[in-house]
Amino acid sequence: MSTQNTTNLSRRNFIKTSALASGGLLIGFNLFQACKPEAKMPVDIASLNFNDFNAFIRISDEGYVTIFSPNPEIGQGVKTSMPMIIAEELNVSWDMVNVTQGALDTKNFQRQVAGGSQSIRFGWDALRKTGATARQMLINAAAAKWGVDPATCTAENGVISNANGDKIGYGEVVKEAAVLEVPEDITLKDPKDYKIIGTDAVNVDIDKIVTGKPLFGLDYKAEGMVYASVLRPPSFGKKLKSFDATKAKQVNGVIDVVRIGEKLKAIENQAKGFTRITDKVAVVATSTWAAMKGKKALEAVWEDEARLENTVDHDVELFSILDGKKFDTRREDGNVKKAFATADKVIERTYESPFLPHNCMEPMNFYADVKADKIHLVGPVQTPQWAAGMIAAAYKVKPDQIHLEMTRMGGGFGRRLYGDFVLEAAEISYAVKKPVKVVFSREDDMAAGTYRPAIKYRIKAALKDGKVNGYYLKEAAINGNMYGLIPNFFPAGCIPNYKVDTGNYKSTMTTGAWRAPYTNFLAFAEQSFFKELADELGRDHPELILELLQNVKGTKDKRIQYSGERMEETINLVLSKSNWGKAPEGTFQGFAAYYSHNTHVAEVAEVVMEKGMPKVKKVTVAVDCGIVVNPTGAINQIQGGAIDGIGHAMYGNLTFKEGVPQARNFDKYRLIRMQETPQVDVHFVKNTKSPTGLGEPGLPPAGGAVANAIEAAMGKRIYKQPFISELKPESSILG
Amino acid sequence: MPNYTITVNNESRTINVDSDTPLLWVLRDELNLVGTKFGCGIAQCGACTVHIGGVAMRSCSLPISSIEGEKITTIEGLSEDGSHPVQEAWKEIDVPQCGYCQSGQMMTASAFLKDNPNPTEEEIRQAMHGNICRCASYNRIEKAVKVASEKMT
Ligand code: FES
Ligand code: FES
Repeated sequence: MSTQNTTNLSRRNFIKTSALASGGLLIGFNLFQACKPEAKMPVDIASLNFNDFNAFIRISDEGYVTIFSPNPEIGQGVKTSMPMIIAEELNVSWDMVNVTQGALDTKNFQRQVAGGSQSIRFGWDALRKTGATARQMLINAAAAKWGVDPATCTAENGVISNANGDKIGYGEVVKEAAVLEVPEDITLKDPKDYKIIGTDAVNVDIDKIVTGKPLFGLDYKAEGMVYASVLRPPSFGKKLKSFDATKAKQVNGVIDVVRIGEKLKAIENQAKGFTRITDKVAVVATSTWAAMKGKKALEAVWEDEARLENTVDHDVELFSILDGKKFDTRREDGNVKKAFATADKVIERTYESPFLPHNCMEPMNFYADVKADKIHLVGPVQTPQWAAGMIAAAYKVKPDQIHLEMTRMGGGFGRRLYGDFVLEAAEISYAVKKPVKVVFSREDDMAAGTYRPAIKYRIKAALKDGKVNGYYLKEAAINGNMYGLIPNFFPAGCIPNYKVDTGNYKSTMTTGAWRAPYTNFLAFAEQSFFKELADELGRDHPELILELLQNVKGTKDKRIQYSGERMEETINLVLSKSNWGKAPEGTFQGFAAYYSHNTHVAEVAEVVMEKGMPKVKKVTVAVDCGIVVNPTGAINQIQGGAIDGIGHAMYGNLTFKEGVPQARNFDKYRLIRMQETPQVDVHFVKNTKSPTGLGEPGLPPAGGAVANAIEAAMGKRIYKQPFISELKPESSILG
Repeated sequence: MPNYTITVNNESRTINVDSDTPLLWVLRDELNLVGTKFGCGIAQCGACTVHIGGVAMRSCSLPISSIEGEKITTIEGLSEDGSHPVQEAWKEIDVPQCGYCQSGQMMTASAFLKDNPNPTEEEIRQAMHGNICRCASYNRIEKAVKVASEKMT
């Protein structure tokens, strides 16, 4: 029995079996019950830190295994890695496994959500037990057939053997196994015996991706389906007064033009935190192009409903919060006041970040067919159950009258947690009584975002006798603040006098979770600040961090989220792999380490100067995510996270004038491209600890590591994102 | 609405659409070839890249009226069975994260390698610079183009 179990599973809630009509063994699991985290589900979706799962195994008479991946695949790789865990314990070869995306199933499953890099972490125990239970039932069935003790049988590669040398395939005992009692005692494999976990499994959808097969929401089609393009208020603070559809209706292919919003208002209280409650105009047509053209031909009149905010207003508001006294204290240790009063030196710095849109490569879209007694929904959404719940409330139908299918998603990054596009598609379908696909243009997508809001941090440190004796961080953010656990990340527990305060400004703009919420910027601020402290103390940056980490090792403080021991090992790994401190002439290194989403990451960025501008050439990353389930997928996630972190720190910037987003497409909004991309060299700390997520944790340290490398190269400290504006204030944004 | 005839993946197709309809939407909505993706609609991201007469072009910004009679290859027609060296390399290197940008990346790469079968690292980075990958799978794209070039020579 493995010693890795950290979750206590109640057998009764865990498994139920049923024989398939077509033959085969179907095992349904309620992983939500199995894996309920200790903490409560947060009410604010931006703070979604826990994830819940369900899974299905199906074994055909021939011995092929279908594993239903119940959770949304947004590019984070769970559609490959989660079934790998089941297959491992099932003792089948990966070649025999076919992975299928499960639909939303509210009868058998409690929740199906993607977010917070929690899939693997919360799925780990339950997925292994899923596979192991099925394996044991198959063995029991074979043993009964042979009349031998199951304990004398083994299973390997989908074949069961006994001591007499008899062999039988899974597919041949599947029917018998399906009607057996679910065993109470199952044995999980020792990690050293793993054959699938820890080996490279290529993305399960690879063949479809490279041949251009329909896979994404935008690719979905159904009989009689029409397309819709939606006109939304052009600015935050304005609402629809009236519109004239005469010209729109003259566009070839336009079928109808409808005002929507009534259904949204009907569920206003539930939907409010997720999307803007406002009336819109939908142009419905026989093709996407006709719908888009029709929308352009609409003539709408808008009226003010709230303050039309500007980025400069946000700056004023956030600074006034930082300068003021209205804060919520999130954590306080020791006596911060005294630490600052008695300091040898106090250092205070302010860090600033802008709004960011998510810019998923696949623009928001969804399919809906709303009939009186039946609602069919298909598309890319990270929170299918939330979406179905809203639809059930709006159309007064029972959950089992809704069928929601998830497609592969062309990116999520948090944007698809907010199912505004599902509600739109449904309301349009309801209005025109047809199956409808709503398609956002890139302009729609960028202008109707749930943005990463602008945030400012003011961090102050009290230095005393060559040590950091006090640390005080203030956060001023828009529409929300760092959630529960973050104040208990590093350096909490490392510095005796420590305080985190947060203050908030309520804006009309829709904001939400963006890959590694809050920490995506906080890590840059914090790790830039520590570099400056290290310089002030005449210390090496990672050496100072390692010294501070000694204070948190073996902590009894249950609130502390990270591990001093694991972070130390991760930092040591990155220092050795990057040849820290031994960069060749002309190459400048910067360091940052950050724990988030239960994974410890340390990064060293290397910068060279080209034509007076810094260029990031290489990033070395060390990661402790416990057991690495699928190394090829894991490396891809970390490389992507690091480059995404650099790209957004360097270039990401969305500003507003009179409530209007100033960039709406990639001509004005710069994303990192190939030639700005460093090589990212990824190393994993080797251990047999339960695996943790990888979709987000690679991102937060990247900005800090790069800023510190730029400082080393140019002597310029960066306090504000995007870096590009700090480096070259007058630069045109597309290079 | 006028009729337009184009050759798509070696098949002659006649479509009846408005003259300003971009090839992208003709492929996706009219011809059911959804491998070509919509990313920006303004020739900035490369998700919609196809070959026109063997040259990589942005289908979102090509009105159908401008390509009457042209020979077009989409990702679906890059090879019969997914065995083009670029496709093989993409599988071998396990390039995709979400996968959405990848058909555009592969169409850019395959046209580029046809003209320059033995590119340097810098040439690869330059050639692929126009294609955005929001998931930032750039390291693997770069590597896969290299591997594909080795497969082709
Ligand atoms: S969709 Fe054509 S270049 Fe972006
Ligand atoms: S793989 Fe997601 S956009 Fe490239």
